[in-house]
Amino acid sequence: MKKTLTLQFVPYAEIINLNSVERIRKLLKVVLANEIVLLQGKLKIDEETRLIEDTMALVGNLRGFKGVELAVLSPKATKDPFEKIKRGLVKALVGEQDSITIIGPASIVREIKRDPNKIQLLLEKK
Amino acid sequence: MVIKAITGFFARLFGGIFKEKRNVKLGFYGPPNAGKTSLANRICKDFAGEELGKVTRIPHETREVQVKEKVEINHKGRKLTLKIVDTPGIATKIDYEDFMRFGLNEKEAKKRAKEATKGVIDAIKWLNDVDAVVVVLDATQNPYSQVNITIIGNLVARKLPVLIAANKTDLRKADVKRVEAAFPEYDVIGLSAKFGKNVDDFYENLFNLLK
Repeated sequence: MKKTLTLQFVPYAEIINLNSVERIRKLLKVVLANEIVLLQGKLKIDEETRLIEDTMALVGNLRGFKGVELAVLSPKATKDPFEKIKRGLVKALVGEQDSITIIGPASIVREIKRDPNKIQLLLEKK
Repeated sequence: MVIKAITGFFARLFGGIFKEKRNVKLGFYGPPNAGKTSLANRICKDFAGEELGKVTRIPHETREVQVKEKVEINHKGRKLTLKIVDTPGIATKIDYEDFMRFGLNEKEAKKRAKEATKGVIDAIKWLNDVDAVVVVLDATQNPYSQVNITIIGNLVARKLPVLIAANKTDLRKADVKRVEAAFPEYDVIGLSAKFGKNVDDFYENLFNLLK
């Protein structure tokens, strides 16, 4: 039997008009379908925390669900004031699209190794 | 107007004298098994004469928020009264099978996993009720985990003073420089809570953080 690993790309445009609850629900829906989310952009910090809370509330209540592995890759912080202003303006205009967020079900993704400039997905042996 | 000026003067005068004997709710946050309880125990033992919680090698040993009231810290003539809030480790996944590798049977492991998930939620809720936070990280582990970044990002968003304790420096694999590189905007203190290594530096930095 063939094993398939599905990566679901979620463009930022799909979450920009959603409120926090709807965003988390949308992402968790993909994860609960045993797919890995590749989100263009990143969640707000309070949404990330809420995602952890909601995930913990589901562990033990949904058969086989162990939680998620999560990683965000963002551009390096800059000390250049002009670059900071430029990034701030872009963020205000189009949102945080310069990051990438990966969320995978812990039953599939054993670990996401996150070094500053790369992400490695270590998968569970099944 | 005159009365207000006089009361303001006395408030400033006595506020200055007693400013270092404040009551501070100090939270201990971090991933599981980083040594939050070991560090909280170290402080409680040094200044209150008794430990706060149990420490084992099994992750998620602390599954409920543990609080120690009125721990009076004296360091180089400075005083501070702390309410120590030791929180369960924050994680994005909890698998009961991981606990079975430490010798727990399935029933015990499932119970522990359930309590641990509740503990994570409680720890996050307590973020609303602390004045300052010590983020305890295991210096032998990769500091670039999203849990660490999320915890610290949350504290920044809440404008809470943060001190990072890079724990377990007694272990050969410990790399405090790597923790410093991961979080260059914060004070990082390398220490061993288990053996009391460098805790004086930690207290010094704690006073500086809370001044």
